Amino acid sequence: MTPDGRAGGQAACDRRAFLSVVAGMVFLSARPPVRQSPQDSLPGTGPSGRLWDPARAGRPLEPVSAADNDAAIQAIEKQLHCTCGCNLDVYTCRTTDFTCTVSPAMHQHVVGLAERGMTGPQIIDQFVREHGVAILMAPPKRGFNLAGYFVPSVLIVAAGLVLTLVLRHWARTAAPDRVPARPLAPAGTSEELERLRGELDRLSV
Amino acid sequence: MTLLGNLALWLALLVGIWGALAGFVGGLKDRPDLARSARHAVFAMCAALLVAVVSLEWALFQHDFNVEYVAAYTSRNLPVFYTWSALYAGQKGSLLFWATVLSVFGSLALVLTPRHHRALLPYVAGVVALVAAFFISVMLFGQANPFQRLPYTPLDGSGLNPQLQNPGMVFHPPMLYLGYISITIPFAFAIAALLSKRLDTDWLVAIRKWTLLSWLFLSIGICLGMWWAYVELGWGGYWAWDPVENASLLPWLTMTAFLHSVMIQEKRGMLKKWNLALIIGSWLLSIFGTFITRSGVISSVHSFTQSSVGYFFLAFLVVMGTASFTLYANRLPLLSAEAQLESMVSREASFLFNNLLFIGIAFSVLWGTLFPILSELVQGTKVTVGPPFFNQVNIPLGLALLALTGIGPLIAWRRASVPNLQRQFAVPVTVGVFTALILLVAGMRDFYALMAIGLGGFVLGTVVQEFARGARARHRQYGEGYALALGRLIARNRRRYGGYIVHTGIVILFVAFAGMAFKTETEASLRPGESASIKSPYGWTYRLTHLGISQYDALNRQVTAATLEVSRDGKRLGVLTTEKRQHVDALGRPTFQPSTEVGIRSDLREDLYVVLGGVVNGTEQAVFRFTINPLVWWVWYGGMIVALGGLIVMWPGGSPAAKRSQAGYAVRLVGEP
Repeated sequence: MTPDGRAGGQAACDRRAFLSVVAGMVFLSARPPVRQSPQDSLPGTGPSGRLWDPARAGRPLEPVSAADNDAAIQAIEKQLHCTCGCNLDVYTCRTTDFTCTVSPAMHQHVVGLAERGMTGPQIIDQFVREHGVAILMAPPKRGFNLAGYFVPSVLIVAAGLVLTLVLRHWARTAAPDRVPARPLAPAGTSEELERLRGELDRLSV
Repeated sequence: MTLLGNLALWLALLVGIWGALAGFVGGLKDRPDLARSARHAVFAMCAALLVAVVSLEWALFQHDFNVEYVAAYTSRNLPVFYTWSALYAGQKGSLLFWATVLSVFGSLALVLTPRHHRALLPYVAGVVALVAAFFISVMLFGQANPFQRLPYTPLDGSGLNPQLQNPGMVFHPPMLYLGYISITIPFAFAIAALLSKRLDTDWLVAIRKWTLLSWLFLSIGICLGMWWAYVELGWGGYWAWDPVENASLLPWLTMTAFLHSVMIQEKRGMLKKWNLALIIGSWLLSIFGTFITRSGVISSVHSFTQSSVGYFFLAFLVVMGTASFTLYANRLPLLSAEAQLESMVSREASFLFNNLLFIGIAFSVLWGTLFPILSELVQGTKVTVGPPFFNQVNIPLGLALLALTGIGPLIAWRRASVPNLQRQFAVPVTVGVFTALILLVAGMRDFYALMAIGLGGFVLGTVVQEFARGARARHRQYGEGYALALGRLIARNRRRYGGYIVHTGIVILFVAFAGMAFKTETEASLRPGESASIKSPYGWTYRLTHLGISQYDALNRQVTAATLEVSRDGKRLGVLTTEKRQHVDALGRPTFQPSTEVGIRSDLREDLYVVLGGVVNGTEQAVFRFTINPLVWWVWYGGMIVALGGLIVMWPGGSPAAKRSQAGYAVRLVGEP
């Protein structure tokens, strides 16, 4: 605390200064705090500055690392189903839904396993052990899942064969053509053109 | 107004039940008074439902947040455009929208159907009233009443999901709904034909426009959905084989099969059983789609429409499916063909194989969609069935279908001769093989992409050959200029040549899908002034320089926008902006998680697709995902051409002779009586 004498001694001569200081303090306390941004800059002119309200830009992110763009890591992640409920694979989810916290964690897990020297199939097996086969974007081709892959194709082929047999049967049992087979129209006037002409005539009624 | 809306719903329900009873009894007992009453009931139901829609829109525009639906899907600062579309943004409103549009379509069908089909109309009124009454019942008894009030009045509503605040989402759902709903009219005529035992081609003539309309709406709705997913969801693609996407594809596939097979019945009197089954199946699939969308029984990104009402639809599906197919089985003896197939090498046979593939693809999509449930039932293990599964199963089938798209038009009706086949196939096959060879020499090695583009060349060769021959014939016959001949050719036979235009659109779509095999993407975190590069499949290099981030407030959102300068091989192309949007209500409170607005630079060859992931430690250092998607614009052009072809096919008018030939087993050989 300033001694009364010193304060009183200065009071008369520095009233204006005192009032200025008080006003300044009031002004400073009323003003919103200036954000400390030693690197602040206009866009495009230099190092990154702080945003006015970072919360508007969503969840804070980490800078992209080499592993994030690693083709092998991406290939693995495209086979794994994100468990956040988005129905996307881990790679697509983590690079699309930036509010999701599940896919980045799964990505880190993949990167961690890769750094421990595991191969792609081993990493996928590890995820299956941890989460079950539902973690895969497509069911593994074994057991009942084979039905998933092959039932449509087998049924279509079988239906195609049945259809072929039925059509052949129909074609054989169909009444003989009432128009005897005739040689095609001579080369000069194409049959196609005649057919089209006939059709055009008919349509122009 | 909500009281009025509630009263209108109850009135519509009662009138709908009466309309259904009167329609069926009036038809079966041949009572003109009841038939007339059923017709009037459909009109009255339509009027009551329109009053309900106006009441709900009134509540939406008045910001009556005491109404639960208004509070859940709008806010005071929601743009007017989206306030209007909030009508069908949620479960309850979309049910009202569905019932209303169905009653409008039903009324139009009753008014516009020519008088000589009047024996079918009481049943049509009955089916329309029954289906609409079911939807109204779900609203009133399934806790889905859009006029339900809250015990308090919030100061502001929650607002519309940001992903729905996109012009694509204003048009995509109603288009799909219109597609789904309008299938009810052909279904109603099919049931009418079965009940009245009028199973000749008469009912097919009555539904011709409706089936085309429904197919057109579904096609446009699916394409708009793809566009919305691409520009709004930010994952860099347009089709993810999500169960709800699949649900929209199923009736489209069966309707497309019907549009092909119906030609055989119209021209030859064959496939009566098949065509009826396709129409009934398409309608059931549209209800199945509604069940999938709303039940949440299968995991889907469309979670905003999930609720318990899905099980009402499941019950309805089972009841209506059982009733329809029982009736169908009962009438099978009346559905014998009036002609027989004469040759394996005929257009009829090719259409049958085309139908087999359409139904096969529909089955495989349905199978894949339901396989997680089946797996859980059979082996007690839930599996995920994602794009890798669907692509593996469906791409070969799709390519086979593309091949048949070209083969079908080249084969003559009834029987094709070998010289005829040689002449017809020579040019298209050459074009297809030549296209594939050029791409192979140019270095393309992706088998499916090569096949898709090669087959696309073949189909395009077919279409061009058909147009060229037709125009040349008119030119020789009538001395018309080629352009005029081409125009008149299309105008005189809109169905045939409109169909070829649809085929052209389908080829373009397949080529565009093949382009996605060459998609490339990379992630980068950039400070202002820093750049990242990405190589295009065409060989050039894009360079993207981060210019900085700006933050500002817009009408109902707080925007964080990152701007990047784009150059290609050193040549400046311009700037791209990608955004994070935090939506807020009128009081400035955040309403949803921040959403992403993608920056897209498109040209005919490829799209540069930029997504702002977020920022690092609150600074202007931003994380981006850069994607190059080849040939995406071709998807939208292909969709537009499909829609254009569909419009040409269904455009009223055309040659009277062509109309007659479509209705009465028109194919006769020369000299045949």
